[in-house]
Amino acid sequence: MRIGVFVCHCGSNIAATVDCPAVAEQAGTLQDVVFTTDTMYTCSEPGQNEIISAIKEQKLDGVVVASCSPRMHEATFRRALERAGLNRYMLEMANIREHVSWIGKNKPRNTIKAFELVKIAVAKLRNNNPLHANKFDVTKRVLVIGGGVAGIQAALDCADAGYQVVMVEREQSIGGKMAKIDKTFPTVDCSSCILGPKMVDVSQHENITLYAMSEVEKIEGYVGNFDVQVRKKATYVNWADCTGCGACMEKCPSKKNVDKFNEGISKCTSINIPFPQAIPKKAAIDPSGCLMLQKGKCGVCAKVCPTKCIDFEQKDEILSEKVGAVIAATGYDMFDHSVYKQYGAGQYPDVITSLQYERLMNASGPTGGHIVRPSDGKEPKKVVFVQCVGSRDPSVGRPYCSGFCCMYTAKQAVLTKDHIPDSDSYVFYMDIRSPGKGYDEFTRRAQEQYGVQYVRGRVSMIYPKGDNLIVRGADTLAGTQVEVEADLVVLAVGAESAKNAPALAEKMRISYDSYGFFMEAHPKLKPVETNTAGVYLAGSCLGPRDIPTSVGQGSAAAAKVMTLFSKDKLESDPQVSKVNASRCVGCLKCAATCPFGAIKEVTDRAGNVKAEVIETVCQGCGICTVTCPQGAIQLQHFTDNQILAEVNALCQAQLDF
Amino acid sequence: MSGSTGLLAEGQDLRIVGFLCNWCSYGGADTAGVARCEQPTDLRVIRVPCSGRIDPLFIARALISGADGVLVSGCHPRDCHYAEGNFYARRRFEMLKQFLSVTGIDPERFHYTWVSASEGQRWQDVVTSFTDRIHKLGPAPKLSGGTGYDEECLKEIAAAVALGDECPCHKEKA
Ligand code: SF4
Ligand code: SF4
Repeated sequence: MRIGVFVCHCGSNIAATVDCPAVAEQAGTLQDVVFTTDTMYTCSEPGQNEIISAIKEQKLDGVVVASCSPRMHEATFRRALERAGLNRYMLEMANIREHVSWIGKNKPRNTIKAFELVKIAVAKLRNNNPLHANKFDVTKRVLVIGGGVAGIQAALDCADAGYQVVMVEREQSIGGKMAKIDKTFPTVDCSSCILGPKMVDVSQHENITLYAMSEVEKIEGYVGNFDVQVRKKATYVNWADCTGCGACMEKCPSKKNVDKFNEGISKCTSINIPFPQAIPKKAAIDPSGCLMLQKGKCGVCAKVCPTKCIDFEQKDEILSEKVGAVIAATGYDMFDHSVYKQYGAGQYPDVITSLQYERLMNASGPTGGHIVRPSDGKEPKKVVFVQCVGSRDPSVGRPYCSGFCCMYTAKQAVLTKDHIPDSDSYVFYMDIRSPGKGYDEFTRRAQEQYGVQYVRGRVSMIYPKGDNLIVRGADTLAGTQVEVEADLVVLAVGAESAKNAPALAEKMRISYDSYGFFMEAHPKLKPVETNTAGVYLAGSCLGPRDIPTSVGQGSAAAAKVMTLFSKDKLESDPQVSKVNASRCVGCLKCAATCPFGAIKEVTDRAGNVKAEVIETVCQGCGICTVTCPQGAIQLQHFTDNQILAEVNALCQAQLDF
Repeated sequence: MSGSTGLLAEGQDLRIVGFLCNWCSYGGADTAGVARCEQPTDLRVIRVPCSGRIDPLFIARALISGADGVLVSGCHPRDCHYAEGNFYARRRFEMLKQFLSVTGIDPERFHYTWVSASEGQRWQDVVTSFTDRIHKLGPAPKLSGGTGYDEECLKEIAAAVALGDECPCHKEKA
């Protein structure tokens, strides 16, 4: 074999703490290595061309690149090999950046370590074989999980491109958080006026199938061919017949249910349509308050319903769908502010969250858009906003910035002035973060044009005084303590990951961070992709996002899906397991351990039982390889011989130079 | 060659072999690198797709052929890219631990853990504390050949076999 080794300086990223020329020179002593060099940027065009010409001139049949992580550039260098006519699996990488130069400053030791990583790579490469991909069909349908603005955008883009979309929404209506918002910053345009039409488009698009009150139960399969099970939760209303007339709501005697859509500031009936623009506009019964379901007597709704669609016997239903790609746009939840005992949240009725305030300001909200105090229904004249409640606070496990609270607070302060011209607003803030287009101008307008008083400092406590609340905090700019007597306090609660996000991530086999937000494949270069092929992300499931970014990511994820669907056949990854039939004794232990059911039983011509791998189903984990008592089933590209060669290269010979 | 002296380090690293799954722990080690989390230099990482691909024999082979420590890491339970590879891995590694102590290899030289792709900091802690542990244990003693049985015992076994008798160790005491 003729191997070439290319050691990358990565500018000074590697070369500053690794002696790259020495590594290259030393690599020349390794068996089968016939060419070595060190280059400034191996991944750049001249760097790749150097590999290509070396392959041709030196007749190389294997290449080792010692540079950054293979998770970063393996695909890049594999393509370079292919351009030179080599099989792309004849590449190995030594990660001398993330695993060496960036984590240690001792140059001599780093240099030895880098060389040894090259040595492992060469040892493995000497056992590599060219692998060839097979082609398989793609199901050109996409599953969109979550019907907030990001999911809606993704679904509409895919549907407009002509692909079938299955949208699954856990709530009774799509629309997500944006549907609850009154107006959007920095344009102060009506949220439901811009979102509403899109929601209608979803319901009317011939290519979109919408399952509301549903959750994803299970996802199996692989890119291009996922099998999805959706749990359609019982609504006790036959939605096929429900016209959304609302007759049931008018007559329902149980009126004490928590109104989730209105963030709990009002009550609703047990049978309910969350809001007038709901999509789908269908009634559902909340069993916790329903007299019929709890006590067995009532059934008023069933009597008044003109289409007789109430069904108290309804059960959850499991539906199966086949799709080729998945977009998760499951959004976020609001931080539970009751953790801040010193703010009296949940204790004093006039300390409310920003989203509750949003419902109070909304013309379609429970007060018809009149801002009133929950305690006595009076119009507040002094409103205090407290920012960073559950953001940038490590003591409550939320060290990150939620990003959009500064802006919505400015908007709410401006709107307060619009609603109640003789009111005063105060904002306690840590820093104002307004990096979007027109954002900083907007917060300035709030201060300069609307006279909102911005106080820089944390609020230490809120306590009642008579009918009002005293907000005590620091003014760090003036260097004093301040106390403001408020009629109403609005806590700008931060965003946290959606409930059950980790469980859903596990179903999709993607990663999530320690806060429960889903992880993108690369924070800069692959912001809507995941490490699981065919699974894409959009919006606040990745971390707090404002509306423009969520919409942009919805479209981006849709574009990725369309790219995937633009091919009629996908190439399977040839890094799958393969059975050596002459060694296989047919015990089928491998089949029993394979998590994907990728191994089937076959009989050879002599009638002996053998195992066989279904290539398109095999995911390439190699669990079976370890299980097989005969060493008969080997994961290609990670065979026992390859890994043992690496171990031997590392352990047997001690530092020999 | 002239470069060779430049390659020599003062003070020797010990030989620590890492087996990391591609999706979580290798990513976590990358994240640690990106965040410039400084770590000891002893560890060399072998990348495998899944912790379920790690044959306990790889670990045994490494320790027998001179590694001073073996560190294995995969995805957290229930977060495996391949659904359940790490559960298989965990069972196999627990078996291996039992087995190592009877072979005369200090099981302390082997450690397995879970690190996710976002946990750069955790990876730094894992590497640092495992390297510390191995440095405290010192270089692994060279394994000598032989069967591990003493001469007397071997004679007894040979006699028993010649008689077609049971192995003396297993014979019930009268
Ligand atoms: S475990 Fe090995 S020997 Fe048994 S059926 Fe599978 S491949 Fe054949
Ligand atoms: S490598 Fe083996 S266990 Fe893993 S998916 Fe493929 S056949 Fe199944």
